[in-house]
Amino acid sequence: MSQIFHHSTNTVSRVSIFGALFVIAAALWLTLQFSRSPYATGEGLVRSQPVPFSHQHHVGGMGIDCRYCHTSVEISASAGMPPTKTCMNCHSQIWATSAMLEPVRESFRTDKSIEWNRVHDLPDFAYFAHASHVNRGIGCSTCHGRVDRMPLMAQAASLQMEWCLDCHRNPAKYVRPQDQVFNAAWEPGPDHDGGRLAREYDLKPSTACSTCHR
Amino acid sequence: MSAPRDEMPDLSGLTRRMDSQDGRRFWQSLDEIQETPEFLAFLHREFPENASQFEDPAGRRQFLKIMGASMALAGLTGCTRQPEEKIVPFVRAPEDMIPGRPMFFATALVEGGYANGVLVESHMGRPTKIEGNPEHPGSLGATDARAQADILNLYDPDRSRTLTYLGDIRVWDDFVAGLRSALDAQRGAGGAGLRILTETITSPTLAAQMDSILKEFPAAKWHQWDPDGAHSARAGAVLAFGRPTDTRYDFTRANVVLTLDADFASAGPGRLRYIRDHASTRKLDGGRTSMSRLYSVESMPGLMGSQADHRLRLKPSDVEGFARALDAALGGDASAGKTWGAWLDPLAADLRANAGASIVMPGEYQTPAVHALAHAINARLGNVGKTVFHGTSAEARPIDQIASMRDLAYDMERGAVRLLVILGANPAFTAPADLDFARKMDRVPLRVHLGLYDDETAELCHWHVPQAHALESWGDARAYDGTVTIQQPLIAPLYPGCKSPHELLAAFSARPSVKGYDVVRDFWRAGGALGADFELGWRRALHDGVVPGSALVPGAVVPSGSAVAPVSPAASAVPGTPPPPPPSGGMEIAFRPDPSIGDGRFANNGWLQELPKPLTKLTWDNAAHMSPGTAKRLGVTLERTARGIQTDIVELQYRGRSVHAPAWIMPGHPDDTVTVHFGYGRRRAGRVGNNTGFDAYPLRTSDALWSGTGLEVAKTGERYTLACTQDHWSMESRDVVRAATLAEYQATPDYARKRSHEPPREMTMYPNYRYEGHAWGMSIDLNACVGCNACVVACQAENNIPVVGKQQVAMSREMHWLRIDRYYAGGANDPETYHQPMMCVHCENAPCEVVCPVAATVHSDEGLNDMVYNRCVGTRYCSNNCPYKVRRFNFFLYADFETTSLKLMRNPDVTVRSRGVMEKCTYCVQRINQAKMEATAAGRGLRDGDITTACQAACPAQAIVFGDINDKNSRVAKLKAEPRAYGVLSDLNTRPRTTYLGAVRNPNPRMPPIPAGEPIDETAAPQSAPGSAHDEAPAPGHP
Amino acid sequence: MSSDLHSDQARAAREAELRDREVPVVEPGHDFASVTEKISALVLTRKTPRFWWVGFAFGFLLLQLLFVAIANLLFRGIGVWGPNVPVGWGMDIINFVWWIGIGHAGTLISAILLLLRQDWRTSINRFAEAMTLFAVACALFYPIFHTGRPWLSFYWLFPYPNTMGVWPNFRSPLIWDVFAVSTYATVSALFWYVGLIPDFATLRDRARSKKFAVVYGMLAMGWRGSAKHWHNYETAYLLLAGLATPLVISVHTVVSFDFAVGIIPGWHATIFPPYFVAGAIYAGFAMVLTLSIPLRKFYGLEDFITMRHLENMAKVMLATGLIVAYGYMMESFMAWYSANPYEKFMIVNRMTGPYAHMYWALIVCNVIAPNTLWIKSLRTNVPYLFFMSLVVSVGMWLERYVIIVTSLHRDFLPSSWGMYSGTFYDWSAFIGTIGLFITLLFLFIRFLPVISIFEMRTLLPAAEIPDEAVPAPRPGETHP
Repeated sequence: MSQIFHHSTNTVSRVSIFGALFVIAAALWLTLQFSRSPYATGEGLVRSQPVPFSHQHHVGGMGIDCRYCHTSVEISASAGMPPTKTCMNCHSQIWATSAMLEPVRESFRTDKSIEWNRVHDLPDFAYFAHASHVNRGIGCSTCHGRVDRMPLMAQAASLQMEWCLDCHRNPAKYVRPQDQVFNAAWEPGPDHDGGRLAREYDLKPSTACSTCHR
Repeated sequence: MSAPRDEMPDLSGLTRRMDSQDGRRFWQSLDEIQETPEFLAFLHREFPENASQFEDPAGRRQFLKIMGASMALAGLTGCTRQPEEKIVPFVRAPEDMIPGRPMFFATALVEGGYANGVLVESHMGRPTKIEGNPEHPGSLGATDARAQADILNLYDPDRSRTLTYLGDIRVWDDFVAGLRSALDAQRGAGGAGLRILTETITSPTLAAQMDSILKEFPAAKWHQWDPDGAHSARAGAVLAFGRPTDTRYDFTRANVVLTLDADFASAGPGRLRYIRDHASTRKLDGGRTSMSRLYSVESMPGLMGSQADHRLRLKPSDVEGFARALDAALGGDASAGKTWGAWLDPLAADLRANAGASIVMPGEYQTPAVHALAHAINARLGNVGKTVFHGTSAEARPIDQIASMRDLAYDMERGAVRLLVILGANPAFTAPADLDFARKMDRVPLRVHLGLYDDETAELCHWHVPQAHALESWGDARAYDGTVTIQQPLIAPLYPGCKSPHELLAAFSARPSVKGYDVVRDFWRAGGALGADFELGWRRALHDGVVPGSALVPGAVVPSGSAVAPVSPAASAVPGTPPPPPPSGGMEIAFRPDPSIGDGRFANNGWLQELPKPLTKLTWDNAAHMSPGTAKRLGVTLERTARGIQTDIVELQYRGRSVHAPAWIMPGHPDDTVTVHFGYGRRRAGRVGNNTGFDAYPLRTSDALWSGTGLEVAKTGERYTLACTQDHWSMESRDVVRAATLAEYQATPDYARKRSHEPPREMTMYPNYRYEGHAWGMSIDLNACVGCNACVVACQAENNIPVVGKQQVAMSREMHWLRIDRYYAGGANDPETYHQPMMCVHCENAPCEVVCPVAATVHSDEGLNDMVYNRCVGTRYCSNNCPYKVRRFNFFLYADFETTSLKLMRNPDVTVRSRGVMEKCTYCVQRINQAKMEATAAGRGLRDGDITTACQAACPAQAIVFGDINDKNSRVAKLKAEPRAYGVLSDLNTRPRTTYLGAVRNPNPRMPPIPAGEPIDETAAPQSAPGSAHDEAPAPGHP
Repeated sequence: MSSDLHSDQARAAREAELRDREVPVVEPGHDFASVTEKISALVLTRKTPRFWWVGFAFGFLLLQLLFVAIANLLFRGIGVWGPNVPVGWGMDIINFVWWIGIGHAGTLISAILLLLRQDWRTSINRFAEAMTLFAVACALFYPIFHTGRPWLSFYWLFPYPNTMGVWPNFRSPLIWDVFAVSTYATVSALFWYVGLIPDFATLRDRARSKKFAVVYGMLAMGWRGSAKHWHNYETAYLLLAGLATPLVISVHTVVSFDFAVGIIPGWHATIFPPYFVAGAIYAGFAMVLTLSIPLRKFYGLEDFITMRHLENMAKVMLATGLIVAYGYMMESFMAWYSANPYEKFMIVNRMTGPYAHMYWALIVCNVIAPNTLWIKSLRTNVPYLFFMSLVVSVGMWLERYVIIVTSLHRDFLPSSWGMYSGTFYDWSAFIGTIGLFITLLFLFIRFLPVISIFEMRTLLPAAEIPDEAVPAPRPGETHP
């Protein structure tokens, strides 16, 4: 009776059985890595805007305080987006004729809102409260990054749940002096002691689900 | 990846790629697919249209269409990015509107003509929730179920949107022109052919407008009709005092209350205030050991009957006889007691002993004579001026509406009516049957209708003008005590064509297109009632929601003894009083407005349709209620199945008219009497209300609006399915509701706590949680709760709870987070009735938490039992393991992800749940978080009272108290320390955070014991049928 | 060496035969060739009989119903099935437990009886194991598809480092289930496959067409029947048997925890693990009988699946049936003895409530009927045994119905009591899984040896080794 298989078949089969394990493991590992990659999370993603508003220029350059535009950040869950009026406060005089700002003037003329593209977008079942954070020594740049260096707004963090939990489980890593909350350029100095601040501000961020999901 | 193949052939390409490609290219290909139109369409329209038709063959719930997160979308969530969102800021931001923080505006909702003071929550200009107005005398911060549900009417997609003439769309100016020409034709005869039909009116502005119209057309007539109006009360007042008055009661000063068929918790403009005042005399916290006593004489078991310490069930026709006997007995006529012997004498004695501190309250549904008698008795007892006040009626024109309707019908018949203008009312549906109103309308050449819906009356009118909702329009109205509220709109009319009654009447005037705002404002400016500085007064009145000092002075009318004496004998001569009770048992019929949808105007409101009626727990239907005895005699049986309760259809024959109705067995109902609720059986209510229940109006005649004799009842042999949320009567001798008499309570104050054996704290396999910060808890006073359902709808409105439809309720899949359990004790004929609000009790050792495989329901550090929708995969294990069965599951996509107007209504702080996830009471965690955030922003800690749950805010009896039990000074902590406090099923070691204060009844020792009758052994209750026998019954979606 | 253990087995077999001569495990008159020929012919040479086509078509038809049910379920939601709020689980979990139960006999027969040297097992273990695998496959359908969001539940139940930073709840019996059932499925599959290897070799060598030769050849993994092979084989087989044995007990114990851990009266009982395991074996053997009786008839395997096998299985059924009966008894007793009002009510409600007919039907099927097996004439009456095996299968299904539905539909608060009944789609899913089972089974008997060829050969008198004499022709060698 003739041979059905070439003798190399043994080796082949051994190797493939052995290799299968690694292939499966690698596939799983890739999936996990991918779900955290900027591609999936949108981290670092820059969205085009109807008006190329530059935080770099307004915050970094002119040193305008966050709260000048995001007025409700200290008292409400929502930081608040500036109405066209706020832009026009200055731009009725400065760059009053610049073509770049035409959409703003048009909005003001026609009373139609400017439609910005949302950059930091949490899922609808996650409820974030700005006031609860900025009043407890968590700075804007902790989540939004160095906006003072962003010509166009970019998503600074992955915004994934494990990212939120990282801080909620250990706030000392991220807390800063209350008076530095709106300073985008703030960096922890040599004498910075997060643990002490966390105690001082009595920071016990809850990791209970209902803190954000309800 | 994780996209199952079967359910979405349209994406098979996608799934094939997913399998074939390696990771990196796969993502690209997915992106490519995302660009394709069908995929984008797929993302937006995640379930194909008409999926809902499966769920509801009747198609009633189209507006609750099955839409939302589909498998593929959900399956791919790991892979797809969420759709990009826009931010659309204001161009010029309105003052003091803070994004993310709601604003509250005071206004009023009008029911039966009377104002219901409310504060309306508005999110970025969208009214989302109605709360009571603490400043308002009729509300004191409370609301009732209908007020809560009114927000749904505002956004009801079935509301009438366009002005029509004979069904064709027209504009306002066309209408004005049409009306004008008709009016000019009338001018000659001084408007002899002009008739204006309104509902009961208390609005000063509207009254002024009517007066000016009637001045212009002296021969015109103003008719009023309210199917659920205070007809008997008016007639009774005329009988007693010669003129219509409003009678108001002060329960806070009454030790003994007798109601004569008066359910003041569910009927009458003052009900919210009365519940509050009465409850305040029944609460026993803070060491109080005395409480008021309530006697209730009832022909249909009602809320106050279930509160009563002594309850006497009488046929409607017997109540008058009882009142006469009582009057005589108090007049010292010993012979009076004969008929009611055992009951009457002790009662009379008790009343006499509390002369000046008692109330005898006549019911809306009784005869004028009973009202007159009650007035006489109160006068005799010297209650008038102390607990009972007769004052000028708050109605702008308190007329005999029955007579008014008779006139109108007669005039229409003889063709004297040339122009009929109907404001709000729906007479074609609600007018007494004997008037044959709808047919006679044909004889009127021009008919105009203003209404929220294109209803039965609109159908018969030439012109239909869509009415603006109360939250869309300016206006004013008086409360039960006359206090005026100026109504302000929360939002511009959703449908531009909508007009308020003021704007419609303005069309009669020289300024036909004047805005409602100007009409109301001008009236008040002219009146000068708002003080010297009008602008200031106006703003204050709007802000507070009341016009200061506008209450009508009570005690303006005090019947002198002489005025009363002739009443009782005279009463029998009053037209409209039913003949004395028939000697032998001819059946009686009693008419009542539906406890949920009222006289039918709320028929299209899904929340109210699905709201279990307080005592029967029926939804989506009305029924013919009868006593167990009568049911047995008629051979009526109820049968529990897995697809609803099967009951007999009976034919009600009455005065030559007949109606078919499903029968319902009602413990505590008088024998040989059938009570029917009118308001159901609408033809043109809308997609929700059409063809629900049966129409009882055809049996209702103008000479016997509330009850009559000569009813014939016969079983038709057909069966009918009713959707009931609690078909079991008794407590099965389990200590669920714990009650005692006042004497027992005084002897052993901790009678309730004594009866549960809580295991020691350590007796648990898993370590106990420690609660360092707050520890949220709730206390519910069963002695105060009257079971009025306000909390149930408040919860539904606050938490975006969907409506599921009759079929799903019948399969016991209703979604209410908060339900009110009703238990009977004692005999089935004269049961004691108890109400128990039941929602998630937030166990400290929660059985649900242990068993959830994905940790979707977990314990918070403040003792909340968190339910995480987005983590839930829907094994339903938690619900199985919940001993209180308070968890609710989205078996289908119940939430409406489609209808735009309903999206506006949603509470933005609460996730709208999708298909396949569990949900339940969260203690209104969104309110807790909001309060916390505001406290942080204000740099302070939380204070007791910062947080009120939706149910607590709505409760008129203030039976529900929520707070931090770690704060020993909080109200809830004190209440939990009360000796009456106990936890339901706490012997299971669940350690519930919601505890109850045991009920206490205050019986009169001299009263006879309740006649036993057959015990509540479920003999008459619905009998269970083997589920398997009902597989034929259509499963949801069966073709 | 390798043959020691082997010949031990043979000797054991012979002794066993000496013990009761009347019914041998293999009818006399067979030699190695005839055994090999007879069994392998079913797969290789014999023309596919008509009844196979009929049976397969029937099963495949029912299988389509399963696909309809699944599509419908995913498209519209779990609400198309019967569950509601008091009764959160219905036929979904009933069927799950029922299938898992059936899946027990296989491994039990193969592993435990192997360790116990019960040689009579050899002719039934092969398809008993196959049946196990197919039953588990059917069972696995339910835990995934009865959830509200199956597209998530099938991977969220596994612990993996996800971006949400949360783990499954290891306190939940459902998580224990995930591990218990998946382990059981894996081990049973391995056990079955390893057992098949020598036969694959036989088939490979006897295959007529190259095509079959290649397929069977790959499956045989180069088996040549060398002493080394046999040594490794025996070791592996024993190891797996040892591994599988505790699993037989553990799986259904864990499944019973789904209920025992709950606080619902009627679930919260410590007796559940043993009586669930017994019930599982009970149901399993019933199913083996249900399958083996027609099989031996149609394929004329009476010589290999003898009356002895049938009778032994009947005895096992009788024994486990009595244990189950004891379980029912204890439930009622504890309800009374605990003096717990809820427990008391539960048992009274079971016996007299709306589902009483289910309960009494269960008692008849599972307690009364099997006792007829005390009588030898009935125990050895093939048609009666077949009928009895069906009765027991029904009874075990009813048992799960009673435990799940009647316990849930009336628990603690009378206000929330309700009723349950399966819908059209509940039933189509159930029938669909039966279709899946039948389909797989028919594919199996068509393409694999339903009876272990080489193990049968060891039972032949010829396999008997005269001590230290010439080694018996080693099984696995092919005959020219």
